[in-house]
Order: sequence, then C-alpha cells, then structure tokens
Amino acid sequence: MLKIDILKKIADAGLVGRGGASFPTAQKWAAVSDALKTKKLGYIIVNGAEGEPGVKKDGYIIANYPEEVLAGVYLADQFLGSVKIKRIYFFLKPEYYQKYAAGLKKVLTAKKYRALGAKLEFFLKPPDLTYIGGEETALLNLIEGKKIQPRLKPPYPTMSGLHNHPTLINNTETFYNVGRVAGGKYEEDRFYTVSGAVKRPGVYKLPINLTIEEVLRQTGNYPRSPFFVQTGGEASGEVFNSLQLEQPVSGVGSIMVYDLEKTNRRKLLKYWLKFYHDQSCGQCVPCREGTYRLWEMINKPELDHKLFWEIVFALEETSFCGLGSSLPLPLKSYFNNIVKK
Amino acid sequence: MTLKINNRIVAVQTGQTILEVARASGIKLPSLCYHPDLEVKANCRVCVVEIAGRAKLMTACSTEVEDGMEILTDSPRVKRARTINLELILSEHTKKCADCLAFPDCELLRLERVYRIKSDRLAPRKSGRKTYRFAGAVEIDGEQCLDCDNCVTACHNQGIDYLKMAGAGAAQEIVPVKDKEKACIYCGQCAAHCPSASAQEQSAWPAVEKALQDKQKIVIAQFAPAVRVSIGEEFDLPAGTNCEGLIYTALKKLGFNNVIDINFGADITTMTEAEELMERLRAKKAVWPMFTSCCPAWVAYAEFYHPELLPNLTTARSPHIHSAGALKTYWAQKNRIDPRKITVVSIVPCTAKKYEAARGELSLNGRPLVDYVLTTRELAYLIKKHDIDFKKLTPSDGDKLFNRGSGAAAIYGASGGVMESALRSAAVFACDDKKDFGKASLVCTERLEFKDVRGLAGFKEATVDIAGRKLKVGVVNGIGNFHRVLPKLKKYHYIEVMACPGGCLGGGGQPIPTTDAIRKKRLEGLYNIDKSRTVRRAHENKAMVEYYDWAKKQGLSAKVLRTKFKKAQL
Repeated sequence: MLKIDILKKIADAGLVGRGGASFPTAQKWAAVSDALKTKKLGYIIVNGAEGEPGVKKDGYIIANYPEEVLAGVYLADQFLGSVKIKRIYFFLKPEYYQKYAAGLKKVLTAKKYRALGAKLEFFLKPPDLTYIGGEETALLNLIEGKKIQPRLKPPYPTMSGLHNHPTLINNTETFYNVGRVAGGKYEEDRFYTVSGAVKRPGVYKLPINLTIEEVLRQTGNYPRSPFFVQTGGEASGEVFNSLQLEQPVSGVGSIMVYDLEKTNRRKLLKYWLKFYHDQSCGQCVPCREGTYRLWEMINKPELDHKLFWEIVFALEETSFCGLGSSLPLPLKSYFNNIVKK
Repeated sequence: MTLKINNRIVAVQTGQTILEVARASGIKLPSLCYHPDLEVKANCRVCVVEIAGRAKLMTACSTEVEDGMEILTDSPRVKRARTINLELILSEHTKKCADCLAFPDCELLRLERVYRIKSDRLAPRKSGRKTYRFAGAVEIDGEQCLDCDNCVTACHNQGIDYLKMAGAGAAQEIVPVKDKEKACIYCGQCAAHCPSASAQEQSAWPAVEKALQDKQKIVIAQFAPAVRVSIGEEFDLPAGTNCEGLIYTALKKLGFNNVIDINFGADITTMTEAEELMERLRAKKAVWPMFTSCCPAWVAYAEFYHPELLPNLTTARSPHIHSAGALKTYWAQKNRIDPRKITVVSIVPCTAKKYEAARGELSLNGRPLVDYVLTTRELAYLIKKHDIDFKKLTPSDGDKLFNRGSGAAAIYGASGGVMESALRSAAVFACDDKKDFGKASLVCTERLEFKDVRGLAGFKEATVDIAGRKLKVGVVNGIGNFHRVLPKLKKYHYIEVMACPGGCLGGGGQPIPTTDAIRKKRLEGLYNIDKSRTVRRAHENKAMVEYYDWAKKQGLSAKVLRTKFKKAQL
C-alpha cells in the first residue's frame, strides 16, 4: 500500500486517538513521518498500559483482536519506513502480558510479521504504578530509565521522543482501528467499557458517538434505581446525573454507573483523591502538593471548603500535565451535577 | 515581532520566553525553580501568566513568545493561582529564619508578604526530614526543600550526578546517590542554585562569632580575590563593584583584630607554581601536562575520579593556605606571637575550601592553618546581622601585615586567571634563564596579558611562547567540561581546572543569584583591578618574595609552600 494511501484512509475514516485525548491519528502519523525525513531513526510505542481505572477495553482488544492490532503496528512501521524504525515497544500491564502475550506472539510468527517481531519488545508497566506520570512523555522517561515524570512540550514526541528520536505513540485501540481501516473493515465503531452498579458490566463494540443513555440502553445496563454516571474513567472522568445522559461518551469510552442512594459521598471523594495523591509523580507543585493537601483535608472531620476549591482551581489552571489538570473535572462535575441537585 | 504584555506593546524575538521578555521589560514576575544556568523545568508553577486564547494559565519560563500574543502577568486569575501555589510551596518549607543565611533578604519571605500568604492554613509537612552533610562543606536539608530539582540539575551540569530525586509524589526527596563510583566534590553549585537555602554551606559563622568574643585570640580575617567583586550585590551595589575598602572596614567593625588580602597568598601561589613549571620545563623528563591545584573541588575530583593524574597536579598550595602559612610562621615569628594564639578566618567564594582547610596535611603542629572558612554569603549575612550599613561604610586600607598583592593575584578569581598569573611570571623566569633556555631567551618577549585564556567559554586553549618554547595550554572552566580535555591530555603542557563555571567568581559560596550576566560583570571587575595595579606580576611583589625566600631558607617549603595529594578512599 502506498504511503499516501494509508494516511488518506486513516484521515477519511476520521480516526482519532483512543487513549483519551482524541487527537487525529493521521495528523500524528504525518508529523512523525515528516520528522523522520531529517532524522535517522525513530520508534513506535503501542500503549496498552490502560492506566485509568474502570477502563478495560485495551485488554479486551488485545485478547480478541491481536491480529488487527499488529496489522496496525505493521502498517505504521511500513508507513514510517521500516528501516528507520529501530525498535517497537509494546507497553503492557503485567496482567495483560501474562494473559495475552501468547496470542500476540503467535500472530508474530507469521511470515509477514517476522521482521516486525524481531524488533518488537514487550515492555511491562511497573506493578506499583497505575498511571504513568499522567501522560505519554512520562512513558518515554520510564523506558529510558529516567525519573517517571512527564516532559515539557514542545518538543512533542513526534519530533523528539524516545532518546530524542521521532516517536509514534498510539493507543492499542488506535492501532486496531488502523488495521481495520487498511483492510476495509472499519465500521465507525468503538469499544465502550460499562462498569459499576449495572447488570451486565463489560466491554461492548458499538457505533461511535453514541450518547451515554444509548450505550446504557443498548447494552441492557440502564439502571432501574436512581443513579449517576462517570464517563471517561473512574478517576478522571466527568460526572453526570440521570437527566444529563444525552452527551456522547467521550475520551476512553467508559461509563461507570453509581447507585445514587448507596454511594457514600465522602468515600467517593476519598477514592478519587487517594488515586491522585498516589499517582502524582511529584514534579509540579499544584499536583504534588495539591493532591497531598486535598487528601489530607478529606481525612479531617471538618472540610475547609474555601481552601479545598482554591487548590482545585490551581490544579486546573497550573498543573504541568493532564493528570493534575484532570482532577478538577470529576470533583467539580460531581458537586455541580450531583451534590447540588 | 511584537506582543502585548500588561497592555504594553513590546518588541520581541523568536526563541525568547515570556519570562525573559517580562523581566527585560521591568516586570517583576516571580519564579522559584527558574535559573538561567539550568534547563527550564517549569515545576514550581509560580511564574504562570494568562495568555489570551489559551484555555489554561501558562508558565512564562517555558512558553516562547509568539507574534501578537496578549499576556497578563498579574491579572486576578493569575494572582489567585499563583497565590495558592505559593501557599502550597511555602508549606513544604520548614522555616528556620532565626539562623538562615537567606535572611533578611529571603525571596520566599518577600513573596509571602507580597502575596499575603496565609501561613497558618497548611502545616509545614516536611519536618523531621533528614539533612545530608557532605564533608564539612555542603548540606542538603530536606526540611526546607521545595522539590524544585535545581540542585540535581546543577550537579548534573557539573558532570557529577551525585544527587537525585528519589521516590515519587509528595514523598519524594533529594538524596545522594548510593553509587560507590560517585562522590560529592563539595563545589556547592547545588547551594548556589537553591531557592530555599535547603542546599547550603555548612555554616562556620557561629564558630567565628564565638572566636571573635575570645579576647585571648588574635583573630585575623583574610578575603579572597573573587569576594570583593561580588559581595556588593548583597547590598544592592552593581555586580563587579570593587568592595575591597568596604570589606576591610566591615571586617574590623565585626571585631577582627587584623584583616589581610588573600591576594598576597595568591602571589605566593603563583610564585610556587611558576617555579614548579620551570622545574618541569628544565627537567629532561617531566610529568605533563601540569595541572593547577588551587581549586579544592577540582582536587577532590582528581583524587576520587582520576587518581592517575595526581602526579600532574602542581604541588603549590592554594592562596588562602599560603597566606595563612605566612601569618602563622613568618608574621608570628617577626612579631613574637605564639602561632597558637592566631585564629585565621578565610572569607572565600567557595564551599569546598571548608573541606580543604580541614585536610590534615594543611596543618601546622597539629592545628589547621586556616581555622574557619566563611563563604561570601556568610560574610554578607554577618554584616547584615550586626546591623552594619555596608554601603555607607568608609573604605579603609588593610593593616599592612602583608600587602594587597599584584594584579596577577586579582585575576585568580576568574577562570584562566591562575594560569595567566603563572605564565606572566614563568615567561620572565625563562627569559632570565640564559643557562637553560639558551639563545632563544635573548629574543624573547615578556608577555603580560594572555587574553586567549580569559572569558566564560567552557574550554579555552592557546599556544604560548615561553622563551622560545611553545607551550600548549588549556583552561577547563567548570568541572562539567573536564571531559572535553580528558581524551587529549597529552597535547598539553599546562591545564587550569576550576570546578565552578566562571572560576571562583562563580563559586558555590557566592551571592545568589549567580548567572552568566552576573559572572561577566564580576569578571570585568577583577580584570579592572588587575589593570589598576602598578605591580602586575606576582614575582614583582617584593614583600612576597622576601617571605618566599625566608620560608625556603627556613626549610619550611614542605610545611607552608608545597603540598601533596592522595587517592581518595572508596
């Protein structure tokens, strides 16, 4: 397939990154390809870390569609000029590696993938980490053996990523979609993870741009008792009440359903704050100190509301990376959409 | 191109950051982790600004300017976020103002006031953290640390990488690495780049204050070449201002019995070192290249990382050890004073000198030649603490125990200065030496200035003519540049190494901040002093030569002029 063809197909299909940020895939590929015109070598990273709690679709895809995922990786390698791609890292949660690596390795034994397999290396996420410092540049530091924290951007990884070489980082689902686009099998669908207080939790493949309500109804998960939802992850996702379900499911495509009456308010806040407090890499002040203080405050009998929201404001406005700046979303939406109602 | 900053139109250039533009325009934009010496890290989030069209506040230190940008550095939104970030940062810092060197001109306290930080809402969270002490020179106090990483980056730029940020999140901490192949060289660049006095010199001022109370003692202060051009910065004088006269007066006011200039010692060093260079040049077989050894951090580096080079180091002692030796032998004897009654306090731009002064071989009859070492910052602190209005003092002269040294001594404070001083004298020695340098010496020119070895470049080199002999010389400016000369050592005859960028004028004990712009001014100050002196070659300092010959005649050479080095124990 000609270079220009695959890029056009990806663009025409409207593929966007499925790691949560929804960045146009064709644009990212073109950027790495451009950078490689002047640089000698580059890297590809397949991100299967799935750090956001409550999201399980990457594992599901690797388990069920290893061939399509690797077809996408193969195309990326071809597109970027295989000789220039020094190494491909398949970044995985340890449990995913244990369960699904055999399937991936089996695909790689095919003649077509032999060269790809020779330079593909599985890289396991340290077991004590959930998030990798909040974003993909921290993943680069992890692979390089540096302190796990995000880097300043620019330069972007597409220009200067792993070991300062152009690097294509895409989510597992994104590669899967590329694989299907190339084979003419892409059906404008995506994976939704439904979890929480529902009858049939799991991963579902459904059309893109469904509303929260549509996903819940079509999967037979629309609750009978009063509820609220959090979409885009159990930690960083936005919270909506049951009258706000007309929005499309954004980001990583997950819906967590909470039972309105059974959910303990302070427990839920504690869950979120503990998550952020534990996952903050420590680099920037608002995230390191802010999450520490919020966690400290929520464990005291009396909450200093004024200070609490001041810290949330600083997190939102001044965090170094997407981890810190994502915390205000669940907190604010929960207060505005649930607590105040 | 132009942009608008606080509604003022300013012309800017591509590649400039908002912080640079703001500061150049006279806008006081605070920042704690930013330092022009270091790679931008943007982790304190204090310099945030509002840019029209951007969803979130941006850090000015890391954001490059764009044409037509509209920036607000002090809007209510900016102030609100900056204030809370400052409150969070200050709650990391356990206040130790009572005896902190940064007091009273502490930037943290200034920001606390300006932004009216409520100090009681958040309890300081780092009390009980460890202090790491490195020899007697430098320490890092975890209770005061802001996690800005400046010390780690400064240590990395020195090529040492002895410090690292261990752990993650709120539990992270600056620690020395456990790697046995690495060691601290005491240069104090961590301290010079710390915004919170967490990394700082191990204080000697309390001991000095105590010594000054002891009427049995003759307490003599001696101050180094680079101190005079930097201490003024602590009192709002421009960098590079020669404060010799003010320092004399201030030290007397603090109660020192006598004050001398280490420049006299620097002339002894030059004399000793130039003689050794001549010895090596005359010898049929000699160890080359010869290295300078007056920088104790470089000596610590060589002893640990390159013991194979120790025979190359000049055996000349360093200036303050030289002048202290002259005080405790020559001056004491001439004035019939028991040297045990003399307490010598060196005031230097350096933290490593604290470690050097305690080295066993630099003692006399079991007592250190230099009793205490204060940094420039410590002296400034003492002056402030004792309510001495430094700027308004009447400049005075020394006590004429020894003279102020030659112009060659003044430039010891700048990278390349030690070598230039030695070359000035060696060139004359060689020209006068018809026996060993033969006919060539008849046509030789006695060069005074060696400008190729001056300046702030990381590595400088030149070929100099010493009575017809071509000497290849090199200057390593900042230990982080040592790797540049290491693979080609054989090419050189003489190499100067200064661990701190800029030489002593950029030393780890110098006023904060020290930046390239400030280094340049201090450097100019030193070369101006050199030019203003009538005697510009060390060996033309007659009083020094008199002492030098005396010491040799007394058989004190090994005790007060020369020294030796040993491989560091791993």
